[in-house]
Amino acid sequence: MNQPHASEPADDAPLVIDVRGLTKSFGGTKVVDDVDMQVAEGEIYGFLGPNGSGKTTTIRLLCGLLTPDAGTGTCLGHDILTESARIKREVGYMTQRFSLYEDLSIRENLHFVASIYGLKRPRKIVQETLEKLNLENRAHQLAGTLSGGWKQRLALAAAIMHGPKLLLLDEPTAGVDPKARREFWDEIHRLADSGLTVLVSTHYMDEAERCHKICYLAYGKLLARGTVHDVIAQSGLATWHVSGTSQRRINRLAHDLAGRGGVDMVAPFGTTLHVSGANDNALDAAVAPWRGEDGLNWRKVEPTLEDVFIHMMQGASDNFG
Amino acid sequence: MRRFSLFRLGALIRKEFIQMRRDRLTFAMMLGVPVMQLVLFGYAINSDPKHLPTALFSQDHSVFTRTLVKGLENSDYFDIVGEARTAAEAEDMIRTGKVQFVVQIPPGFSRDMQRGQRPQLLLDADATDPAATGNAVAGLQLLATTVFNRDLQGSLAAQRAGTSLVDVVIHRRYNAEGRTELNIVPGLIGVILTMTMIIFTALAMTREIERGTMENLLTMPVRPLEVMMGKILPYIMIGYIQTAVVLAAAYWLFEVPIVGSLWLLSFVLFFFVAANLAVGFTFSTLARNQLQAIQMTIFFFLPSILLSGFMFPFRGMPVWAQWLGEVLPLTHFLRMVRGILLKGNGFAEIVPDMAALLAFLVGVSIVALNRYRQTLD
Repeated sequence: MNQPHASEPADDAPLVIDVRGLTKSFGGTKVVDDVDMQVAEGEIYGFLGPNGSGKTTTIRLLCGLLTPDAGTGTCLGHDILTESARIKREVGYMTQRFSLYEDLSIRENLHFVASIYGLKRPRKIVQETLEKLNLENRAHQLAGTLSGGWKQRLALAAAIMHGPKLLLLDEPTAGVDPKARREFWDEIHRLADSGLTVLVSTHYMDEAERCHKICYLAYGKLLARGTVHDVIAQSGLATWHVSGTSQRRINRLAHDLAGRGGVDMVAPFGTTLHVSGANDNALDAAVAPWRGEDGLNWRKVEPTLEDVFIHMMQGASDNFG
Repeated sequence: MRRFSLFRLGALIRKEFIQMRRDRLTFAMMLGVPVMQLVLFGYAINSDPKHLPTALFSQDHSVFTRTLVKGLENSDYFDIVGEARTAAEAEDMIRTGKVQFVVQIPPGFSRDMQRGQRPQLLLDADATDPAATGNAVAGLQLLATTVFNRDLQGSLAAQRAGTSLVDVVIHRRYNAEGRTELNIVPGLIGVILTMTMIIFTALAMTREIERGTMENLLTMPVRPLEVMMGKILPYIMIGYIQTAVVLAAAYWLFEVPIVGSLWLLSFVLFFFVAANLAVGFTFSTLARNQLQAIQMTIFFFLPSILLSGFMFPFRGMPVWAQWLGEVLPLTHFLRMVRGILLKGNGFAEIVPDMAALLAFLVGVSIVALNRYRQTLD
């Protein structure tokens, strides 16, 4: 899915999100810890991190759903501490869990949302939204009876109907099939092309690769940010790709390499193995004894984003966990 | 898998206990409700109310009058709380519910008694709640035959031989036949509304939280007052429909008279329903799930039904229970609805209860709005 993006935002585009030192604790634990975040207009900004890393909390802090303990900044030029009411008007937020009314039809849900935002001629806007997102022939179906992909489409429709300038999507594609996922992302790119800024949290690496920029959050701390390429390069991770003739051979190699000095990560993918380490030389030394073995094909590769993230997560748990 | 397994049963029971322990509120309710019932039924409820407020309307001042007053006060049933100077004043006292009884001593009472002419002793009883007056009325009849014995000396003593020196005439006001349904059915409007209105709102709000739709609502530009009123107003309409149904049944099935103004009743109803909905809204801001919301409703409903004067005479309760009862909106609504339907009370008579109801409504609304969070903190 590593396709080039039609219109990446210019470097001097104004910042839509500009926050510093964002901190939030729940019951003594810092869920978000001193997070800085800058997102430029028109960017699709991927927000990655393991479960419980503070992604949802950060998003909620940005749109005024939670009050930060510390930190300052602006969202769409409005102060996140004092102007959350104005931020709410210009932000479209799609919650992680489906949060529209299951006992209302698609049309009724959209009409409700349109009226709450005080949109003029809500009936017409709802009709347009239904057409735009191909929801028209299901307009009378109750939201609760929709499948995951359709629910997500409806939630997106509700989030963009009032013409927000910033879209906050909290794991929008969790539990959605690959085809619906791809269509969803095509839609996101269309929206970004029209000038909308999108902050999207996800667990999927292919989705991360469709973002202009990404950042990685673990244990409430921001560990990396930049383009996908930047993040991989910054990690300094070296990776060997090993393919074997038999499954048993790969399994034995994985077992032998795990825990050796210089080897930080061993991840089997079927009959291939990814062996990674933070120090290139130490890694080479560690794997040297197996390099010449029959039936194993060794190849140095650029680590995948997943390798990098899992590596970062391990490091983070050593430091903060 | 076919055979019944104690091992599996044990696992299920253990799990249930763990969940019970996690839900502290439910656990507290399991212990709290029996204790509350015990206290309410055991201490607060008394189906033989005593020390009922009584006014004296005496048109004959004599030694017999003083004896009678002393006799009334010595009996447990009557407390003389005031004296009426005119018939209108006496009427007013009983209508507004300041007193339960008016004891009326007609002019020439002592003269007639001395002549052995069995003068009338009039007892006006507010019989809207027959249970509250029954025993007291019987007590007065007994009292009247014995209380004057000491005063009747000499020649009068001869008259003692007769069965009764006075003719006790009892006016059961507002409910001449002592029909309990006249008291119960209008009261039922209040009970039904308390139950349903609180549950409706409490559930409607907690449902938003439980289903996650609250998060969406909070991200949209709505104000707390809008949310609260949006939740309350539809149910006020439902409340009116319920009242219409009960009222129609009361009129045609139970032949409950509708003496007062239905417009006034509708006016009172609005504030009573709003008060209950505000309670429900407050519960919904406290409850974490729908079960807890229902439990809180029960916790409110139980004292409402027991301490308001719906099931048991209000004046039969100890003072602390009466104070608790005075806080509850149902207590004031019952007085107003009975007053309007049975006594034909107008606005002037319901002012004190209306004021109490409004105070409750304002107080609870403030709590509700303060509890309502515009964020998820």
